[in-house]
Amino acid sequence: MPPVVRLLAKRLGTSLIVLVGVSMLIFTIARVIPGDPARIALGPNATPEQVETLRERLHLDEALPVQYGYFLRDLSRGDLGISLYTNRPVTADIAQFLPATLELILVAGLMMILIGLPLGVIAARYRGSWADHAVRIFTLLGVSAPSFVWAVILMLIFAFYLPLFPIAGRIADSYAIASVTGFLTIDTLIAGNLAAFGSAAWHIVLPAFALSLSGIGQAARLTRSNMVETYDKPFIEMARSYGFPERRIARRFAFRPSLIPSLTIIGLDFAAMLGNAFLVEAVFAWPGLSRYGVAVILRKDLNAIVGTVLIISAMFLLVNIIVDLLIAFINPRIRYSQRAS
Amino acid sequence: MKRAAYILVRNPLSLTGVILIALVVFGALFADLIAPFPEHRGAVVDFANFNKPPEWPYLFGTDLVGRDLFSRILYAYRISLLLGVVVLAIAVPIGVTIGLVAGYVGGWVEYVLMRITDVFLSIPPLVLAMSMMGLLEPTLTNGMLAVTAMWWPWYTRLVYNLTRSEKEEGYVLAAEVIGASRAHTIFREILPNCVPSIVTKMTLDLGFVILIASSLSFLGLGVQPPTPDLGSMVADGAKYLPDSWWLTVFPGLAILVAVFGFNLLGDALRDILGVDQ
Amino acid sequence: MSAPTLRIADLGLGFRTWAGPVEVLHGISLHINKGERVALVGESGSGKSVTARIVLGLLQELKSARISGTVEFEGRDLDRLSARERHALRGTRMSMIFQDPTSSLNPVYRIAPQFHEVLKRAEPAISEAAARARAAALLSAVAIPEPERALDSYSFQLSGGMNQRVMIAMALANEPALLIADEPGTALDVTVQAQTLALMRDMVEEHHTSVLFISHNLGVVREFADRVYVIYKGRIVEHATAEGLFADPRHPYTRALLSAVPRITGGGIPEIEDVSEDYFQPLVVHEGCGEPEGAA
Repeated sequence: MPPVVRLLAKRLGTSLIVLVGVSMLIFTIARVIPGDPARIALGPNATPEQVETLRERLHLDEALPVQYGYFLRDLSRGDLGISLYTNRPVTADIAQFLPATLELILVAGLMMILIGLPLGVIAARYRGSWADHAVRIFTLLGVSAPSFVWAVILMLIFAFYLPLFPIAGRIADSYAIASVTGFLTIDTLIAGNLAAFGSAAWHIVLPAFALSLSGIGQAARLTRSNMVETYDKPFIEMARSYGFPERRIARRFAFRPSLIPSLTIIGLDFAAMLGNAFLVEAVFAWPGLSRYGVAVILRKDLNAIVGTVLIISAMFLLVNIIVDLLIAFINPRIRYSQRAS
Repeated sequence: MKRAAYILVRNPLSLTGVILIALVVFGALFADLIAPFPEHRGAVVDFANFNKPPEWPYLFGTDLVGRDLFSRILYAYRISLLLGVVVLAIAVPIGVTIGLVAGYVGGWVEYVLMRITDVFLSIPPLVLAMSMMGLLEPTLTNGMLAVTAMWWPWYTRLVYNLTRSEKEEGYVLAAEVIGASRAHTIFREILPNCVPSIVTKMTLDLGFVILIASSLSFLGLGVQPPTPDLGSMVADGAKYLPDSWWLTVFPGLAILVAVFGFNLLGDALRDILGVDQ
Repeated sequence: MSAPTLRIADLGLGFRTWAGPVEVLHGISLHINKGERVALVGESGSGKSVTARIVLGLLQELKSARISGTVEFEGRDLDRLSARERHALRGTRMSMIFQDPTSSLNPVYRIAPQFHEVLKRAEPAISEAAARARAAALLSAVAIPEPERALDSYSFQLSGGMNQRVMIAMALANEPALLIADEPGTALDVTVQAQTLALMRDMVEEHHTSVLFISHNLGVVREFADRVYVIYKGRIVEHATAEGLFADPRHPYTRALLSAVPRITGGGIPEIEDVSEDYFQPLVVHEGCGEPEGAA
């Protein structure tokens, strides 16, 4: 079996175990909270009969492991239960709200890579110069404020004082775009409506940038420190001794080995973004998973909470598998090693 | 010491960090003396002076019920720092112990402990804390509990990796050869060598705990009013942008200053203690 | 007589550190004639490796380093050359071999593209196929059994000895006038190191390459060098032919070094623990070994 396939199989297996663990953890947290979940969900005005019906529907009278068994059985059928808040299947709710969040995160992730990595490379190449210090301050500021603070500040400057970008939403109200992928920037292109695409792209810039700032900071800082470390490796000195141009040394000799640890942190930053998206969406009234997530959390909507957390964790694990494969692609030592670890 | 002083002086950023944190901690500790309106920390109403832009004596302006924002920010720092210290005081010993044991003992113990850690690490931190806060009552204690629950695994992972490499070092083998007990090897031989990394991370994390806690309260899942909290101040003020900009900008900057300070301080410590990233 | 390949006169080097300035080189002078193999011998920290890096122009780029004195390469003062001209010499007219061959090759590229890069220094337009053919020929010249397979390997897939051969082939690929060997193969085991050194000796003899050989290993120096400079704490203390030095060591430090050498050949310099005032006695130059007068 080729090492990459074995690596993939191993990572998939581990991720599955972890995902089961996540479901057990969040399921337990959701069931051991003080008070009767059914009563909390229905509110103080519900009749005892209504509460009893709901208890039965949620199997709340059974032992915890039995409840979890029911949950797993339903999950294997792709059923996460009914949301007590919207009265619709949780899966339908998530399918409706997830694409907007994903689109935001993907654009932010792209910004993180396209801005963060080059900043780190520049800082490392001109180590100790004013450029290095400027990057350091910028990246430190980036990680030093929660994304909602950046969202508010960016909105204030670039939407209110300099009205360059729209204040809220995903697209101007005048456009009606048929949903195909759920990603408006793609759906508008499918519809062939360039004006609508422009509007959608324009709307995503500020929220995505606010969301990506902390990731940009992390990616740049890590890339810088890896590159600085790589610059001390013998093979860089050898490259210098052969008189390769500095630009080429940075791009070809130092960058690729330094990218490997940076990719790992980018995977972790995606995880942070899945959480921080809640904050940014709240500021920019982005119709994503956030409003739904906060609403179901505040209403103690058990099924919806468990479902949302599970989906987010699954996406996080997926991103990390992709990152691992990318690393294996870049790092021949993993591709060719006997023990893919 | 001389070297530490040199690093601090030579790098203006490190010095800035020390000064910022000194100011924040000082402001929080002596809020009662410094704050122009100490009573504004609570549910006070002064409609005569509501929604005032920054002007003397309201350095940062007043909120919608006339409370002085500067005074409230000082008291909010107090809560934030307390939360940070308590969370780390609980999370670090737990995380470090699990990391040491998993890294040193190995075998199925390692497998089980690290998979449990993976479970916690694969729920985005904010989402885990949010879910817990939502299901529990939003009090300061529960806030600490929720943030602690998401924080310990990061220390487990850090110490686990350190332990795995320290385990191969000569001094550990030497201790094993002379028949030192497991507990001795773990806590007296390996742990001291992990301390610089742990201390550096704790300094950085004091900032990040403040950041996460403010995020929770921004979403309405943290400390409840009238207790002053930076995150909920931003959330309340955001509805009145752009006219009453001071309602959001100053609490937002207050978070930035504290976290930025801890970051600079952590970086300086990393240089002084010679810790790898 | 033409200008020596390398002439260093009164070279000084200092660093700024947190503990204040540190002087590393206190004005050293040495020269290497065309086709000559000259060794610079000393303990670690004596300043031999930084000397090599100054010759290559690598240290000049460090802000904290202060360099004085002159370095002439083939009669040209490196200080008077522009950075661009200095740069053009590296990899073409001078090249370097490092201590650990395996970590000196880039782990994320195969050998062939790394060779291509090196050959492009001398011949920027060389095609990949032409570079590959040249590289294969160069690899067989250093007795690598399956050059094609080695070219398609990563450094971590080859043995240390193989990597060392690759490094030698690369270093000589562009026919440089000067090869700097900084503790070559110290990371390898003794027999492999001896084999690759013999190979390197044959190769430089064949190509009439001048060599600056930096080592802490007196046994190896005796085998390899024509002339030897002994360096102690940033000062040259003795300068002699290899033969003369081993037959008649005159400086107290050299004598201490030689008497401390373990009997087995190939032994390194043992740590000489007691620092004696005698070690700071002035330079001893053997007959016929003077520095040429500065022509600059």
